[in-house]
Amino acid sequence: MLTLQCPYCGVDADETELSPGGEAHLKRFGPGSTDEEFEDYLFARQNPKGVHFERWRHAYGCGKWFLAARCTMTLEVFGTYSAQTTEPPQTIKDAITAKRPGWTWGTLS
Amino acid sequence: MRYSGFRVIKEALTGHKGWTAAWREPDPQPAYDIVIVGGGGHGLATAYYLASKYNQHRVAVIEKGWIGGGNVGRNTTIIRSNYLLDGNEPFYEFSLKLWEGLEQDFNYNAMVSQRGILNLIHSDAQRDAFIRRGNAMILNGADAELLSTAQIKERYPFLNTENARFPIKGGLAQHRGGTVRHDAVAWGYARGADSRGVDIIQNCEVTGFRIENGKCLGVETTKGFIGAGKVGCAVAGSSSRLMSHAGMRLPMESHVLQAFVSEGLKPVLPGVITFGAGHFYVSQSDKGGLVFGGDIDGYNTYAQRGNLPVVEDVCEGGMAIFPMLGRARLLRMWGGIMDMSMDGSPIIDRTHIDGLYFNGGWCYGGFKATPASGYAFAHLLATDTPHDTATAYRFDRFERGLMIDEKGMGNQPNLH
Amino acid sequence: MSTRLAEGGIYLDRSEKRTFTFNGKRLSGFAGDTLASALLANDQMLVGRSFKYHRPRGIVASGAEEPNGLVNMGKFGTFEPNQRVTTTELFDGLQAESQNHWPSLEFDVGAINAKLSKFLPAGFYYKMFIHPRSFWKHVYEPFIRKSAGLGKAPKSRDEDTYEHFHMHVDVLVVGAGVAGLTSALVAGRAGLRVLLVEQTSRCGGRALIDGGQIDGLDVADWVGQTWGELNAMPNVTVRTRTMGAGVYDHGYVICYERPGDHQPDADGPRHRLWNVRAHQVITATGAIERPLSFAGNDIPGVMLASAVRDYLTGFGVSVGDRVVVATNNDDAYRTAITLHKAGLVVTVLDARPEGAGDAGLRADELGIPVHKGRGIAKVHGGKRVTSVDVCSQAGEGAVLESIECDAVAMSGGWSPVVHLWSHCGGKLNWDEEHAMFRPDPARPPLGANGEGFVVPAGAANGALLHHDVVHDAWAAACTTVDTLGAKVSGKAPEPSDESTKPMTPVWMMPQGAKRVLREKAWLDYQNDVKVSDVQLAAREGYESVEHTKRYTTLGMATDQGKLSNINGLATLSGELNKPIPEVGTTTFRPPYTPISLASITGVAKGDLFQPVRKTPMHDWHVAHDADFEPVGQWRRPYAFVRDGESVHDAVMREVKNTRQALGLLDASTLGKLIVKGPDAGKFLDMMYTNMMSTLPIGKCRYGLMCSENGFLSDDGVVARISEDEWLCHTTTGGADRIHAHMEDWLQCEWWDWKVYVTNVTEQYAQVAVVGPNARKVLEKLGGMDVSKETLPFMQWADGEIGGFKVRVYRISFSGELSYEIAVDAGHGLAFWEALLEAGEEFGVMPYGTECLHIMRAEKGFIMIGDETDGTIIPQDLNLNWALSKKKDDYLGKRAHEREFMADPNRWKLVGLETLDGSVIPDGAYAVAEGDNANGQRNTEGRVTSTYHSPTLDRGIAMGLVLHGPKRMGEILTFPKVDGGEVKAKIVDPVFYDKDGEKQNV
Repeated sequence: MLTLQCPYCGVDADETELSPGGEAHLKRFGPGSTDEEFEDYLFARQNPKGVHFERWRHAYGCGKWFLAARCTMTLEVFGTYSAQTTEPPQTIKDAITAKRPGWTWGTLS
Repeated sequence: MRYSGFRVIKEALTGHKGWTAAWREPDPQPAYDIVIVGGGGHGLATAYYLASKYNQHRVAVIEKGWIGGGNVGRNTTIIRSNYLLDGNEPFYEFSLKLWEGLEQDFNYNAMVSQRGILNLIHSDAQRDAFIRRGNAMILNGADAELLSTAQIKERYPFLNTENARFPIKGGLAQHRGGTVRHDAVAWGYARGADSRGVDIIQNCEVTGFRIENGKCLGVETTKGFIGAGKVGCAVAGSSSRLMSHAGMRLPMESHVLQAFVSEGLKPVLPGVITFGAGHFYVSQSDKGGLVFGGDIDGYNTYAQRGNLPVVEDVCEGGMAIFPMLGRARLLRMWGGIMDMSMDGSPIIDRTHIDGLYFNGGWCYGGFKATPASGYAFAHLLATDTPHDTATAYRFDRFERGLMIDEKGMGNQPNLH
Repeated sequence: MSTRLAEGGIYLDRSEKRTFTFNGKRLSGFAGDTLASALLANDQMLVGRSFKYHRPRGIVASGAEEPNGLVNMGKFGTFEPNQRVTTTELFDGLQAESQNHWPSLEFDVGAINAKLSKFLPAGFYYKMFIHPRSFWKHVYEPFIRKSAGLGKAPKSRDEDTYEHFHMHVDVLVVGAGVAGLTSALVAGRAGLRVLLVEQTSRCGGRALIDGGQIDGLDVADWVGQTWGELNAMPNVTVRTRTMGAGVYDHGYVICYERPGDHQPDADGPRHRLWNVRAHQVITATGAIERPLSFAGNDIPGVMLASAVRDYLTGFGVSVGDRVVVATNNDDAYRTAITLHKAGLVVTVLDARPEGAGDAGLRADELGIPVHKGRGIAKVHGGKRVTSVDVCSQAGEGAVLESIECDAVAMSGGWSPVVHLWSHCGGKLNWDEEHAMFRPDPARPPLGANGEGFVVPAGAANGALLHHDVVHDAWAAACTTVDTLGAKVSGKAPEPSDESTKPMTPVWMMPQGAKRVLREKAWLDYQNDVKVSDVQLAAREGYESVEHTKRYTTLGMATDQGKLSNINGLATLSGELNKPIPEVGTTTFRPPYTPISLASITGVAKGDLFQPVRKTPMHDWHVAHDADFEPVGQWRRPYAFVRDGESVHDAVMREVKNTRQALGLLDASTLGKLIVKGPDAGKFLDMMYTNMMSTLPIGKCRYGLMCSENGFLSDDGVVARISEDEWLCHTTTGGADRIHAHMEDWLQCEWWDWKVYVTNVTEQYAQVAVVGPNARKVLEKLGGMDVSKETLPFMQWADGEIGGFKVRVYRISFSGELSYEIAVDAGHGLAFWEALLEAGEEFGVMPYGTECLHIMRAEKGFIMIGDETDGTIIPQDLNLNWALSKKKDDYLGKRAHEREFMADPNRWKLVGLETLDGSVIPDGAYAVAEGDNANGQRNTEGRVTSTYHSPTLDRGIAMGLVLHGPKRMGEILTFPKVDGGEVKAKIVDPVFYDKDGEKQNV
């Protein structure tokens, strides 16, 4: 059972308190975008075996959506952070780099 | 070597000295006409049909571990064709028909057992939906029957029809559904492919594709470069990772689906039962174990193990309809990594790279699809046209808005 | 024969007699016995039959690893199969029956399979029964299925109760042997929160049998003292009869407590599942002895050497007067010495030419005959051992001498119990010296922080000798305490030591055994897998250990290969001529031993399985004979059935009455979301396809919601409450989903917009007051003005009715004059009853969901879930009017621009009227001419809603039809499941009151 710390209420929340929400930091494409952009936004996923940025909602807690950086192979959590950001904060990137040297954000891994 | 009862008796009388390996252990050749990446059920079936139906014999299957070690060896062994949508039903019915002649075709007893599958109905709305599904099946040449509660009770006397939280108000049966001995499917296809000249190369991981000028020339592997006229990928939960070597992002996520088996018990459940209101489906294997499963764990994962919330959910659902199950014991739980696509339906298609083909996105329905998936993928690889039953399984359906969404869950792979 | 000795048995209380039955035979034992020891004390060597060959099976082990001693226990609601006799504590009145035989345990017809065994090698069924095809279904498989399983399936509802405990600890210690006690003591003294669990009923583990000293105390005294100290610590919880069952991600462990199994009449739960969240887990789970592979090693009376010793020392049971001990290590000498001291005759066959260390010297001193370099060629006997042929271990099995005996005690070395280490990804190394897999400390299972969270201690870590166990456990505990930032106090315990000689791996006895011997040498006793089977599998190319396992069924029985896996692996490695680590191991999966499904379910059964959500009026509905249907987590009245009525009759009556007089619907389950804030209007314009920001205060508007993918996901009436506040109604099933959906967009996309969303669904009870007399009843109750002029259609107002504070919405899902009235949930029932009372003179009747459905279908209103199924877009339902053209953007707008969404060939909503007035069956498809490319019948439409309309007294339906709206008046054909067909005309979907005059009065 996964445990993630909700960055809003500080609770170490069990998976049972949380709802998973898939890949984070997707850029929305609305009317005016091309078919390809729209498809990419809505359907294409990195789905990496390794560092994954993902959305969670503290559904049975404070109700807030937050983001997490987690390894999909070992399931370790590098950190959780506010959903209200377009890219992971530096502290999270540093935490990942400490564990996964050579890792870079935004590339297929 | 041909398998038969006669052969077994003959070997028994001569000390079983004559049995030979079911498949060879060849070293990879420098190049093949077609290389299949992934020695699971779908990859092996593809190779088998390439060799047996499409006259392709310079074919290799490359498997990073042992053949059949992925989802074909870790599912709940159910076969059925009770699908609703036009894009799906003909394909799954084709698959079921292939199952029905499979063992004679590849000369291996995979214990295809058509003991029937029953979807339980708990409300009017569910009844409407299941009748619609039954009609869709019948129109597509499949069998379906709506059973009354009394008919169900007769066949499954231990079902709790009255007092459950969700009373059972009937069920949709497909009598041709059932189970298959899953490992034997991989082994049977492997043996059949091998005997037709296909090289099965185990413990060989593909680390990349050699792509020049938009054409795929072969695969880089832990055993060196292997050239290929065409490369077909069928690696289920590892799809995103493999195709990322070709710079592709796929419309899918990898999630773990858990399965469970109880200790062996004397026969008590003739067929397969699915409980729609709780997440639970169950059948009893020929060895006596109750094999059951439920929903996927909702987060992306490549770890072949699941977590407890789903286990609890499944056991609760099971006991709600079979109250006597409480005293059966859970023997083993395990997990497999599912290639959960964005609409819950698969892809069998060419990629934008010449010579590179893809088969995946099976969600947790891949096992029953194995024969048709192999057949349709072989057809595509051999002829460069989609098989008639698989024309809907294209990459561009998302861009065109032509999703095949049986559950109507939208682009949330963890809900399919 | 096996028997109870006059003395001995450190676990027994001989003053407390226990009686029990085995296959109906009345037997007795003592308090402290296991069922296994009691059976052996009564000379019940034969306890069951194997799965495939129905070979006679006796007890082999004394613990959780036992593969053979499985019995059916209890009756009816307490019946349970496959109970392991070695882990079943004896209680008065226990009833056990052996399994898998017919007609009796002694004489089993199925044993014919053993005679045919040469025709049934590994995987035989994959090679036969292929032709003719129909024979599999009708002949072969029914026969095979009949022989499935060992125990009978339980068939009655489980009578017992079960529960879950949840606990957060710093350290969970699994196993209360010397290693576990040492670890728990260190962690406890360091002030950490500790849970120590032990699967048996007593602490001390093997040390109580095997002795030794710690800090100058006899180990039994040290165990007692330590147990006392741990029990006295407030920060330490200890629990016996509790097994560490499974280790899951991020430090989650389930422990399986069996408080009721040994006292079935006691109050309280039978099983308790501990859900433990541990920062660190110390696995002090010991080791399991391995059998030796020699011919006849499955005959009852052949047992593990440690088990023979356990039964003698622990339970005062001798398994035979004359025992042959066969070993490849020093440990089994303890068994020989213990037997000798009890006055029994024992001979040791040590496969090692050099013999044993200190233990060998003691055996010599006692005059125990020890034959070095010797092994067993073959054991003779049928239902029990009669003699043993001795041979040279190095040879091919030439018989040097025969020894008459009643039992064989074998030891092939020990395997650490690494299951819990491995469940969550801990990796193993092969230890060449001790021929065993042990945890690789460099590759532990990783927790949430990416660091290891499981630490093995003692024998579970490969430290097999008393001295090493204590030191290893101390070290493991110190590491753990350190990891958790606490301080170790006290000094390391000092255990006694003895000198041993290394074991020699023996995977086949004798090492050159010929085929006839190998075909009689069992690896897996329960599933009947022999050395020759594994060798055949390897030869046939099933070379991966997973292939071999699955092909032969090795290790797949109820014991999950606790005795057989390593021997099977070594046999495979020998056949492939590859070192064992290269062959690898199978995966260890939870649970450690099988656990009851009921314990996993806990209390979540019966009424507590997915508990029902109830409206304030729910109990009233129950009291008034509502026929319920599940809708989401709610159960809503489908109809209120009166005496003498069928459900259908009731529905018809409710529709007619509501259309002609007055009906009441409990609409409380409808979702109610308040959306408030300066940007609420802008936000709702994104959520809904139509415009909500322009809705005037005091007015209501029907709205549609699409997913970003374009599909219709929910609908409902939105009311503008104030300048910055809207109230959005959702469908009954949709409230939580839509709330989450709104929060998702607000928090993750437009987080700078100032909007709050609150789900107030259960704060209000809501009653739909419907029908021509609706206004009359409200006016009778008195209060606010509900006239057409003051409160026109599609408006709302706050006020008071009959003394209740209400909010009244003039909206209609039935086409009738209708008021949906919300009151505080606490007043819901009173308000409902007040309406019923006041409505009596106006012909009031409550109505259910089916009546609601019919009335909305008569009006051509769509229903989410009927007309939609997640693949439908608003355009399909001719709802283009609700797709705002003024807005640049809303969820679904971009999606609708995709090629297929704009396809004119999408099926569209129409009404359907059968020519004969009958009801089209639910879910029917309309067929078109010809077949498609797959040879399947073409279709051109399908029914989405279909009812008998009592208002029109005919069948009405809605459906989606190819080019439907352009084909008014055309006739479609719908085949029925029973073979017939129905013809229906395409009509406008509004069947009743097309101009909406009735609702707008």
